[in-house]
Amino acid sequence: MNSKELIARRIAKEFVSGNVVNLGAGVPQLVANYLAKDVFVWLHAENGIVGMGKASPDLPPDRYRTDAGEMPVSIIPGGAVIDSATSFGIIRGGHLDATVLGTMQVDAEGSIANWMVPGGKFAGPGGAMDLVSGAKRVIVATEHCSKDGKPKIVEKCTFPLTGYGVVDSIFSELAFIKITKDGLVLMETAPGVTAAEVIAKTGAPLAVGSDLREMEI
Amino acid sequence: MANIMDVKSAVSLIKDGAVVLSGGFYGNGTPAAIVTEMIAQKKKDLTVANNDGNTVEKGVGRLVAAGLVKKFICTWCGRLPLAPELAEKGEMELEINPQGTFVERIRAAGFGLGGVLTPSGLNTMIEEKWGERITLNGKDWLYHTPLHGDVAIVEADRADAAGNLVFHLTQRAFSVAMCTAADLVIVEVTKPIEPVGSIDPEHIHVPGMFVDVLVPMNGVMNYE
Repeated sequence: MNSKELIARRIAKEFVSGNVVNLGAGVPQLVANYLAKDVFVWLHAENGIVGMGKASPDLPPDRYRTDAGEMPVSIIPGGAVIDSATSFGIIRGGHLDATVLGTMQVDAEGSIANWMVPGGKFAGPGGAMDLVSGAKRVIVATEHCSKDGKPKIVEKCTFPLTGYGVVDSIFSELAFIKITKDGLVLMETAPGVTAAEVIAKTGAPLAVGSDLREMEI
Repeated sequence: MANIMDVKSAVSLIKDGAVVLSGGFYGNGTPAAIVTEMIAQKKKDLTVANNDGNTVEKGVGRLVAAGLVKKFICTWCGRLPLAPELAEKGEMELEINPQGTFVERIRAAGFGLGGVLTPSGLNTMIEEKWGERITLNGKDWLYHTPLHGDVAIVEADRADAAGNLVFHLTQRAFSVAMCTAADLVIVEVTKPIEPVGSIDPEHIHVPGMFVDVLVPMNGVMNYE
């Protein structure tokens, strides 16, 4: 199993039926593939769908039936189309149980930086700042280190923030780390991974949780 | 009753220097024929508010590419690198709002509210550059002013002659709020305009009293 699938499979276990969830682009979107059959989740898309499903080959292409990344989707039976005010009302108003986002950096205070690198191309956060400030639970799905081997989990983000002190949990291919007011706590290690390895690859102090477990995938 | 006009006459109502609220998410929901005509009529010094502008080939990014935009307000412009380039050179002002803030600023303008208080963007570049922190009863918020348009341009799927609108799926997005928040609301309607009363009142997304001008496309899909 590759690391993306492992992360997505583990995060899929976090949800219970009835949850309203927004999945960001990339690995977070894979989570939808691994939800247990008896778990029904309302998937939310910023551009105005609650109750999003997979694209169906039976439906004609429609540029208005897409997710917030302009990828084709379907609307499940019981799903609804909403306007942007309602869509972001769901996000900020305490109606979104969780958002799952990728990131460039996440830190020990729960701050996340996933919209721009210093000196990089400027684009804007889109809906990311609303998602991290509004969702009841902000879940980060990320590879533990960047491509050049640097920790993405750091003491303090150096990239421009998307939100300050908002992240609840980090899931990587190595570990599940919880962010508490006392800092990072290692909750689970992936199969075959030791706590020492996770600690070595994390750029901030990481306490080992009292009931550290092996991740069930 | 809404005025039913051809696209030329409708766009002639837009003045140079206007603040234009434009529907559309990646240009889907942006009225293509109206944008084309705005370029033909060289409407200039515009302030354009749209979610993302999309590209220089589709969406209001075309207005930016044509050099008609003085200020662009959006939530993300990753497909329109020209926007930050122009901003860097001082040739166009670029303002970024978090997406939820963007729509609420427009809604506030349309609904008679004094602005938006939101947690989105606290402790970020948005606060540094475009927001004002306000503390009320110990809780911090970012304050943003209402965003009112001289004109709103949106695309709808169906309309009746009274101006009642029905959108198709996510064509709806920002357009509902925008129709409430501009002095002049111009709607490019995909399907032929229907007689008054043809749309079930329960199924109307924007009541006709908000709508000034309908531009019928009579089934011609103006995909850019």
